[in-house]
Amino acid sequence: MNPWPFINGAYGVTVLFLVGAGVLTWARYRRAMARLAQAETL
Amino acid sequence: MNENVLNGTRGGKSGGWLHYFANPGRFMRVARPALPWLAAFSIALTAAGIIWGYQFAPADWEQGDAARIMYVHVPAAWAAMSGYAALAVCSLLSIVWRHPLADIAAEEIGPVGAAFTFVCLVSGSLWGRPMWGAYWVWDARLTSVLLLFFLYLGHIALIRAFDNKAHGYRAAAILALVGAINLPIIVFSVQWWNTLHQGNTISFSGGSKIYVTMLYPLLISSLGFYMSFFTLVVARICAAIAERKTRSLLLAAAEQTP
Repeated sequence: MNPWPFINGAYGVTVLFLVGAGVLTWARYRRAMARLAQAETL
Repeated sequence: MNENVLNGTRGGKSGGWLHYFANPGRFMRVARPALPWLAAFSIALTAAGIIWGYQFAPADWEQGDAARIMYVHVPAAWAAMSGYAALAVCSLLSIVWRHPLADIAAEEIGPVGAAFTFVCLVSGSLWGRPMWGAYWVWDARLTSVLLLFFLYLGHIALIRAFDNKAHGYRAAAILALVGAINLPIIVFSVQWWNTLHQGNTISFSGGSKIYVTMLYPLLISSLGFYMSFFTLVVARICAAIAERKTRSLLLAAAEQTP
C-alpha cells in the first residue's frame, strides 16, 4: 500500500487546522480589540 | 476575591504572586505585547518541525514513510493532553480561589484542546490505515483519547448550558477535575492493556527507542505545537477579556444615557 496519500492527508489536516485556528483567533482578537477601543471613546 | 488582588500587592500571604498575576487587567498588559513574538516563534518552530519531518528526516526501518505522520500526530497528542492538564489546574484555581481569569482561561482552553485532540485522532486514524489496515480500532489508547475529546466537548457545552454563567463555570470545573483521571489512563494504557497502538517510544528517564535524526524534528515540532497551543489560548483569553470589558463599558454608557 502506498502510504503517501495518508501522510499527505495527515499533514494536510494539520496545516489546515493550524492555519484555520490561527486566522479565526486572529480575527476574533482584532475584532475584540477594535470594539474595546471604540467603546472606550464613548 | 482574594485581598492580594484587591490591594494590588505582590507579596503577602502564600501564593500572593499567583493572585497578583491572575488579575485580568495585569494579564492583558503582559500578554498583549508578547503575542506577536509568541505567534512568530509558534509559526517558525511548527513549520521547521513538520517540514524537517516530512522532507528531511529518514524513513522508519519498519514502517517506511508512513511513520512521518508521527511528526504531526505525536505533538498534537502531547499538546492536547497538556492542554487538559492546564484546564484541570485552571478549574482547581477557579474552585479554590474563584479567580475570574481562571474561569476565562478554562473556557478558552476548551475549544483549542478539542481541536488539537481532533487533529490527533484524525492523523492517528490516517496512520492506522496503512499500518493496521483499519482507520479505527477500539483499542485502549484510541478509546481513552476519544474520551478526552468528549471531555473537552462536554466542558465546552457545560459552560454554556446555564443561564447563570457562574454556575456553568462551576459545573464545568468539576467535570474537568473529574476528567483529569483520564490523563494517566491515556499515558499508561499501552502498558496496562495489550494494545494495537505501539508502546511509549520516548522516555525522559532514558532508554528512548528513537534515533536522534528522528527525535530532533519530533521535539522541534512538539515545541512548535505547544507554543501554538499556548499562543492561541493567550490570544483567546485577551479577546475574551476585551469582550467583557467592552460589554461593561457599553452597559455603563447605556445606563448613563437619560
